[in-house]
Amino acid sequence: MSDEMGYQGEVVKRFMYVNRKAPYGTIYALENLETVLIAAAFDQDVSVVFVDDGVYQLKKGQDTKGIGMKNFSPTFRALDDYDVEKLYVEKESLEARGLTAEELVVPVEVVSTEELREIMAQQDVVLSC
Amino acid sequence: MKFGILVNEGPFTHQASDSAYRFAEAALAKGHEVWRVFFYHDGVNNSNKLAEPQSDDRNLVKLWSELGREHDLDLVVCVAAALRRGIKDELLAAGFRISGLGQLVEAGIQADRLVVFGD
Repeated sequence: MSDEMGYQGEVVKRFMYVNRKAPYGTIYALENLETVLIAAAFDQDVSVVFVDDGVYQLKKGQDTKGIGMKNFSPTFRALDDYDVEKLYVEKESLEARGLTAEELVVPVEVVSTEELREIMAQQDVVLSC
Repeated sequence: MKFGILVNEGPFTHQASDSAYRFAEAALAKGHEVWRVFFYHDGVNNSNKLAEPQSDDRNLVKLWSELGREHDLDLVVCVAAALRRGIKDELLAAGFRISGLGQLVEAGIQADRLVVFGD
């Protein structure tokens, strides 16, 4: 736990949101993003991780017309306005899907599984879906 | 220890809510505190009092309600997720209340551990 004071004089905690699922097919990605924005509004120390099919959430050029769903990927670009600047993408997940960081809608930090393990161990609250 | 519990799945399709319920029950039995249970995603369906499983099966909605009454638990259903799924005040089983996602963040801040139950 960090010593910084924030929302209502409470101690600021490190909240990590782990996105494991593709952006469409299930609602997890969309609803998880809503939670990230709320945690940021509470002035918590928020980071967001993309692993497994979760890396597809950030893919550029999403076209959802054919499935009748809202393309919510532009919302990731608004995270910066909420001071959510720590976005981690697991290197192995990206490579396994033939993707590179240049193909993502926002700048991210690409980290190995090993590095991610260390970052995760430093968190107070880890929410995964 | 002070626990926060997050339930991300509805009753029956997934085991998450059963596991969360058993975790809460066990933690309380050991003298720990359950500061809040937050229901998100399809987890909001755990609050629907119209659920009527077969008589030889467990009724998770009722089980959560009863545990809530016994231990004065704060059972919070996310408003955004609930509205999407047609869960409104008039459908809520006893002990549940509808509120915002801020209540989940607050649980993360206040609890020593936030334990997530999902798929």
